[in-house]
Amino acid sequence: MSTNRLVDGVNVASHYRDATHQYDSNKEGIWLFMTTEILMFGGLFVGYIIFHTLYPEMFAEGATYLNWKLGFINTLVLIFSSLTMALGIYYCQVNQRNKATLALAVTILCGAIFMVIKYFEYTHKFHLGIFPGEKLNLEMVKPEHANLGLYFGFYYCMSGLHGLHVLIGMGLITWVMIKNIKGEFNSKYFTPVEGVGIFWHIIDLIWIFLFPLLYLVG
Amino acid sequence: MAQKQSHSEGHHVTPLAIYYKIGLALFLLTFLTVGAHSIREHIQPFAALVAFSIAGVKAYLVMAWFMHLKYDKPSNRLIFSLGFIFLAVLIGFCALDIVSRVAQNSIL
Repeated sequence: MSTNRLVDGVNVASHYRDATHQYDSNKEGIWLFMTTEILMFGGLFVGYIIFHTLYPEMFAEGATYLNWKLGFINTLVLIFSSLTMALGIYYCQVNQRNKATLALAVTILCGAIFMVIKYFEYTHKFHLGIFPGEKLNLEMVKPEHANLGLYFGFYYCMSGLHGLHVLIGMGLITWVMIKNIKGEFNSKYFTPVEGVGIFWHIIDLIWIFLFPLLYLVG
Repeated sequence: MAQKQSHSEGHHVTPLAIYYKIGLALFLLTFLTVGAHSIREHIQPFAALVAFSIAGVKAYLVMAWFMHLKYDKPSNRLIFSLGFIFLAVLIGFCALDIVSRVAQNSIL
């Protein structure tokens, strides 16, 4: 853009004093966004806690329909992807562009593995007639508790919203990876990689709590 | 703990070895979560507390090291913690409501 200017090799928009001002403002925006993410998922967690308190046996029954081994594998996949994302930022910071590209590509691949496992989990449940809320097929599932659909309402909303974040995150990482291949990042300018990285880590952060909540404790 | 800290252009760069250690710790804690789950009958009623305590430690590692909050500006740490503080307010008032009203004459 014509209003941008180069300061020490960094493209600085006209409304910023310098590169540091730009970097700090961008980071602050990312963190404000992350706070809204915590509040959005937090609301779902609070709803889960409330209804779990009211119907503990029904939620325990719900958790038995989930395969914790798949959740466990997905946890490991997501943690590994968080590590490779952090490495992607690191390699941008030390001007190793090809290694950064590789780390980001592995992160996208891990996101894809996570979604494939999620796909098998969902389709298996659909096959058994397990749908959220009143759509739960009571004749096929024959649950002990007639209101089991409530548990799966939470399950599909929370894991579905999380899965949507994984898909968006994969898109964003692809975007910064392409920018990285074009050579737009270096030790002085890597803000988009770091911002996308923070978004990816919050996906990991939420899954760290979703895994015991949905799969283990129930 | 003495850690090597390198600075380039004012940005804090975490050494590679620390990322690998944090990644390894997160893996081990995940195995610990599943291990605790397998003996949950023996550690009731604390199984949920154990699972979420481990999750809390994992969350700290991710936030402090992977998300670089440890070396971020205090204002950014404050912004992010506000999300959790208001979440606690939400949980607190919901808990009060359930204890004092819903649990006593529930129609839910």
